[in-house]
Amino acid sequence: MMQRLFFLVALVLFGSSSMARAEGLIVSISSSRVLINSSYVGADLTLFGSIERDGSSISRSGTYDVHLRVVGPAGNVIVREKERVWFIWTNQNRRRFGEMPGYLAVHTSRPLAEITSAPLRERFQLSLMDFVAARQPVGQSEGGPEGKDAVETKRFNEALIRLRQRDNLFQFVERGVVFLSPTLFRANINLPSTSPIGNYEATVTVYSEGAPVATQRTDFEVVKVGFESNVALAASQQSFYYGLATLVIAFLLGWLANFAFRRD
Amino acid sequence: MQIYLPIAEMSVSVFLIFGMSAAVGFLSGMFGVGGGFLMTPLLVFLGIPANVAVASGSAQIVATSMSGLLSHWRRKAVDTKLGLVLVAGGLFGTIIGVWLFNLLRRTGSFDLALALSYVVLLGSVGGLMLLESIRATIRSYRNKTPPAATAKPPLFDNMPYKVNFERSQITISAIPIAVLGMLIGIAGAFLGIGGGFLVVPALLYFFRVPTSVVVGTSQLQILLTITIATMLHAITNQSVDIVLAIILIAGSVIGTQFGTRAGQNLKGEHFRLLLAMLIFGVALRFAYVIIAPPVDTFSIGVGTG
Repeated sequence: MMQRLFFLVALVLFGSSSMARAEGLIVSISSSRVLINSSYVGADLTLFGSIERDGSSISRSGTYDVHLRVVGPAGNVIVREKERVWFIWTNQNRRRFGEMPGYLAVHTSRPLAEITSAPLRERFQLSLMDFVAARQPVGQSEGGPEGKDAVETKRFNEALIRLRQRDNLFQFVERGVVFLSPTLFRANINLPSTSPIGNYEATVTVYSEGAPVATQRTDFEVVKVGFESNVALAASQQSFYYGLATLVIAFLLGWLANFAFRRD
Repeated sequence: MQIYLPIAEMSVSVFLIFGMSAAVGFLSGMFGVGGGFLMTPLLVFLGIPANVAVASGSAQIVATSMSGLLSHWRRKAVDTKLGLVLVAGGLFGTIIGVWLFNLLRRTGSFDLALALSYVVLLGSVGGLMLLESIRATIRSYRNKTPPAATAKPPLFDNMPYKVNFERSQITISAIPIAVLGMLIGIAGAFLGIGGGFLVVPALLYFFRVPTSVVVGTSQLQILLTITIATMLHAITNQSVDIVLAIILIAGSVIGTQFGTRAGQNLKGEHFRLLLAMLIFGVALRFAYVIIAPPVDTFSIGVGTG
């Protein structure tokens, strides 16, 4: 919703110039379904993009820049902060992030600061920080004193990004978008094995001289297949029989091991 | 070799998990403890979600205690009557434990309560056993006489409903045994453990059950309690990962076989000293976690709690 709003703002702001600059953008991803089987250790996807310039467009002196954002399925996330009470470290403050993606990757062709100006970076949520901040309305916090709220929010946002980056679930890849020719580019999307199951959306935006000139979206999904899918289904929908099967296997394996190692 | 766990939703190294469970299985076979109090923290340390670790770990304890029980059963080292009295009390305890578990989950202080319970429970049990063992060892070195423990009059001598437990060669009221079973049930459901490390010392020290019978009896009690717990996990929170459970079982049942044999060759006082050190060590580890400054004061969680 927010993104759409910003996109509209972008159209209004840059509509006039976009008309003249008739760039088109074609984006393709190497796989639209990432299948999870028993040997799944994560996945690497390649995204290709081609900037199409029709004959009538003004020839440009500058080159193109690309910003790619991959957003995974969203859910509730709680960040807790420990404090020392007496002599025990215990969770004291916490923040809840309502619709926070379980996976977020930002790839750029150049450092963000060189692509566009600070106000635009913030408006389009180009950095991880801006993206997270846009999903945490200031003032809707739990715990923590009211006055220092903005500072507190920033600390929790930074903690969320740092913790997620440690697990590779949030990634910022500067120069992760590589130009193969002046109009053809490529990016490698890395998904760790802990990436959530569900739908992922990749948004590619082309900038020229600091202004967005074209944007395109594509998506892919991460799904369990075969045995992995059956196990997950059985566990959630046939939980009694699933539990029974687990117990039978456990009893049998226990008996089998005892039988195999029997010496007396 | 990496394998994807369908319920934990992550990939892990098969050999790492297998080796770890074999080591835990060895200790659990040796001391007749389920190994849950070692396995669950280790799995969580590897990054497996705590609920999956507890639930899948309980399936593993089923197999381990099954295997261990059979070995003891053949040697007639199981006091069935004593075990069943413990389980009867344990059923009530499990219900109370689950209620306590849910209550603390709602108030959001579960993690700390868990760590503190581990410290208090394991610390006191392990500490007392450690002191006793050291004293006994010093005594045996000084005058080479066996400790006079057997000469003391049995505890709980005045209570009604006396039952003669033939195999353990004790005659004692069923009430304190059922109460012990209930306390174990509470601890089991609340801490996600079988409770063997509590049953074994209690039977040894309070009820003077012979070392030869104590392990087999505790295995019987663990098997019955944890079977129910596994089923409850599968139905209520669906976090039993069957793939993880099978790797854990494979490693631990093999480890248990060697552990059971190693345990038989141990002298009584060494057995107690080693078990005391193991329990006290885990307590120290948990105490360190809550007292030492954390590497990162922030942590991340999923859900609404």
